[in-house]
Amino acid sequence: MGFEGIGASVRRKEDHRFLSGRGHYTDDLNQPGQAHAVIVRSDRPHARLLGIDAAAARAAPGVVAVFTGADLEADGVGGVPCGWQLHNKDGSPMAEPKHPVLAVGKVRHVGDPVCVVIGETRQEARNAAELLQIDYEDLPAVASVRDAIVPGAGQVHDDAAGNVCYDWQIGDGAVVDQAFATAKFRVRLDLTNNRLVPNAMEPRAAIGAFDPSSGDYTLWTTSQNPHVIRLLMGAFVLHIPEHKLRVVAPDVGGGFGSKIYHYAEEAIVTWAAGRLKRPVKWTADRSEAFISDAHGRDHVSTAEMALDAEGTFLALRVRTLCNMGAYLSTFAPAVPTYLYATLLAGCYRTPAIHAEVKAVFTNTVPVDAYRGAGRPEATFLLERLMDVIAHDTGLDRVALRRRNFIPREAFPYQTPVALEYDSGDYHATLKTALAAADWDGFPARRAEAARRGKLRGIGISTYVEACGIAPSKVVGSLGARAGLFEVANIRVHPTGSVTVFTGTHSHGQGHETTFAQLVSDQLGVPIDQVDVVHGDTAKIPFGMGTYGSRSLAVGGSAMVKAMDKVIAKGRKIAAHLMEASVDDIEFRDGRFHVAGTDKSKALSDISLAAYIPHNYPIEELEPGLDETAFYDPKNFTYPGGCHVCEVEIDRDTGTVQVVNFVGVDDVGRVVNPMIVEGQVQGGVAQGIGQALMEDAIYDKQGQLLTGSFMDYRMPRAGDFPPMHVTTENTLCTHNPLGAKGCGEVGAIGSPPSVINAVVDALRDYGVRHLDMPATAPKIWSILQTQQPRMAAE
Amino acid sequence: MPQVSLTVNGKQHSVEVEGRTLLVELLREKLGLTGTHVGCDTSQCGACVVHVDGKSVKACTMLALQAQGQSITTIEGIAHADGTLHPMQEMFREHHALQCGFCTPGMVMSAIDLVQMHPEGLSEHEIRDGLEGNLCRCTGYHNIVKAIAAAWPIMHGKEAVAA
Repeated sequence: MGFEGIGASVRRKEDHRFLSGRGHYTDDLNQPGQAHAVIVRSDRPHARLLGIDAAAARAAPGVVAVFTGADLEADGVGGVPCGWQLHNKDGSPMAEPKHPVLAVGKVRHVGDPVCVVIGETRQEARNAAELLQIDYEDLPAVASVRDAIVPGAGQVHDDAAGNVCYDWQIGDGAVVDQAFATAKFRVRLDLTNNRLVPNAMEPRAAIGAFDPSSGDYTLWTTSQNPHVIRLLMGAFVLHIPEHKLRVVAPDVGGGFGSKIYHYAEEAIVTWAAGRLKRPVKWTADRSEAFISDAHGRDHVSTAEMALDAEGTFLALRVRTLCNMGAYLSTFAPAVPTYLYATLLAGCYRTPAIHAEVKAVFTNTVPVDAYRGAGRPEATFLLERLMDVIAHDTGLDRVALRRRNFIPREAFPYQTPVALEYDSGDYHATLKTALAAADWDGFPARRAEAARRGKLRGIGISTYVEACGIAPSKVVGSLGARAGLFEVANIRVHPTGSVTVFTGTHSHGQGHETTFAQLVSDQLGVPIDQVDVVHGDTAKIPFGMGTYGSRSLAVGGSAMVKAMDKVIAKGRKIAAHLMEASVDDIEFRDGRFHVAGTDKSKALSDISLAAYIPHNYPIEELEPGLDETAFYDPKNFTYPGGCHVCEVEIDRDTGTVQVVNFVGVDDVGRVVNPMIVEGQVQGGVAQGIGQALMEDAIYDKQGQLLTGSFMDYRMPRAGDFPPMHVTTENTLCTHNPLGAKGCGEVGAIGSPPSVINAVVDALRDYGVRHLDMPATAPKIWSILQTQQPRMAAE
Repeated sequence: MPQVSLTVNGKQHSVEVEGRTLLVELLREKLGLTGTHVGCDTSQCGACVVHVDGKSVKACTMLALQAQGQSITTIEGIAHADGTLHPMQEMFREHHALQCGFCTPGMVMSAIDLVQMHPEGLSEHEIRDGLEGNLCRCTGYHNIVKAIAAAWPIMHGKEAVAA
């Protein structure tokens, strides 16, 4: 066995099954006797439901049942709950309108589920769905946040006046106003953060089953957090106690946030399985995913910075309108507040910040966390603002950032917007990134590109983010209706192999490998003797799941705590077996040693004794070697870094090509560098996708115009150059691993670096700012309408 | 119901299907070969790519009945009988070219055909172009490109050349 512990780029344990077609994704599973559900969805953005005539559908061949919202309501099925409660500036709670599982009275977005048709086969259910007659009366619809807050706009919910969900603030507005009054420079930027569709490659699916003999329900679902689904669906929607409800999230084909939330379809198949006494399966097709998976981003903001004559930041003022969609998805209220506004200090010593956030209902798909969640929006705002400040004041964009960085020696650093950063070195990651990108050599490359007729630009983004969510007490005070600890159970088997049960969930992150490496590192067990089990509430004590780059920082820390308990118990057993004092037992390299002697015993000797306790300190110690830890961190973690992007623009077409990308990220302790690089590369691809091509576009009436892969521009292999990503780490100071998290840094840090590069490429055309995505038509029209200030070099 | 006879991974099958049944539905639902995935409904994502008589085909663009008499290879059929992975599978593992694994079967099947079609060599640019029909949301494609470049010399029995 080679080195397999912390720091080794071990090849992944899970790959063999995925590469040979033996993964078990939800749609690959089938239950005996299962029926197939097809969800009939609203094709109207906003309408009153006048009636549903299901007679023909019910009589169609192979139809098992047709259910509507009225059937669920009559059975006492509750609405889809929201996991966070925000409060308005005046202290009153946010508007929280009911979110029916199947529409009752009204439909509020294209894709809103109206009926479920259940057939013997999926085709029969689909055929029957065509026969449903749904009578609608169209109502005025609103799709954009700007339109939704206009007086007289169509009202999405009767109990959300003016379509406002909440009107919230953080920071001290009076102090900020005072700083602005006396500042030398005041720089303002209006910007939007484009709406995105997460588009994990595996569409969502769910299978509900009911066992009439035991009264137990099982739900297999494409989820990032099965215990949370069990809690939300069991307690609030279907009223099934936890001990009668098992939720399994098997192999899941990507999530990026979109598979965190409790969705109506999970409740529909579980409820229908109980009603019909047979399993019911539903799988989304991609068109359905576009109008039913929670979308991401969709902010409209104004940012203003006050600076002194030297370019030192004095105060930041931000006003943001954010789109909640038609209903509140599980995490939605938290994203533009506690994951966004609290990040507005960025990596800078801005002494005063005031942010006002107004969340707005519209007739669109619910919006919730998508990779980065709030932090990409904050980073895009700040890092665009940096370059606009440089543009308006004539200060150098790198020097401006350096002047205002929180220096390494200032940690722990309390920002004016609630967070206390524990560690980081922004100067170091900036320096390394600039060197790796040959920042100083750029003018020559720009001149060379100009000779080829291309406009070349370079941009940077220096960012910090808050992840590893997080301390239960803190998130509770911020409105979370759940704790955010993590759970690990380390089971050392009699012969010394180990099973790890974790409450986190892997849907691409490689946990089966990384967590086995942790065990190898701490217990000295080879990774092929370690299995990692996740995604099943029947096997795992509890867990909050995977999102917010929390699995290693929180879940891995729980494993370390559980392994500490294993070692502590093992030392007592070893002391007994070797007739030594517990204080003299040292554990290293997988063996318990008696200090100062050559006596030692392997972990497998100790585990065998623990399960066959013939010679065992049974008076003081229980048999077995199986330990569980719940770990609740003290703080968020704060990854940061610097991204540098270089682009070339084709003058004739306006097409932007990324020609170089460098990322230097501080993600804390790295367990598997290969996996970390892969996570960052994937995040960067999503960030570049947001910056250059992806856009969920609704028309004024609330129809999604980009509802398929033919309309929504997904990034493809040809859109990218090779990426140069590396880490330069400082350790998290408050978790036992020093880990910060790497899942989102790519998507958080990269978008502004791309747009900064595009704007830099267009600097001769008088471009100060460009909203995402920087598509060819957008740039082409700038090139057509603006005269360059000077001939290219 | 009409019947289709075809060979899948070297095994003869004769199956009753509806006229509208897609090849991918036949593979997944009738033959239980769930390694071939469905990621979209517009033939854009490539998660369903299989080989039909040795050429890569999106199994969602073909009716099952069109496969009459043809030989289909799926992701389940490319490793050796003794379980040794195909060089493309091996290089995907070596270069961490997969994360969630959902696009992987289609990606691997496309990549094998791409390498086979280019015995003269494959540049990084040609690999990226060749993956036009396959979407991956996890990896950013960086490591997929590396894996395919690494598989090329092995599949063509040549020494690896420095990238």
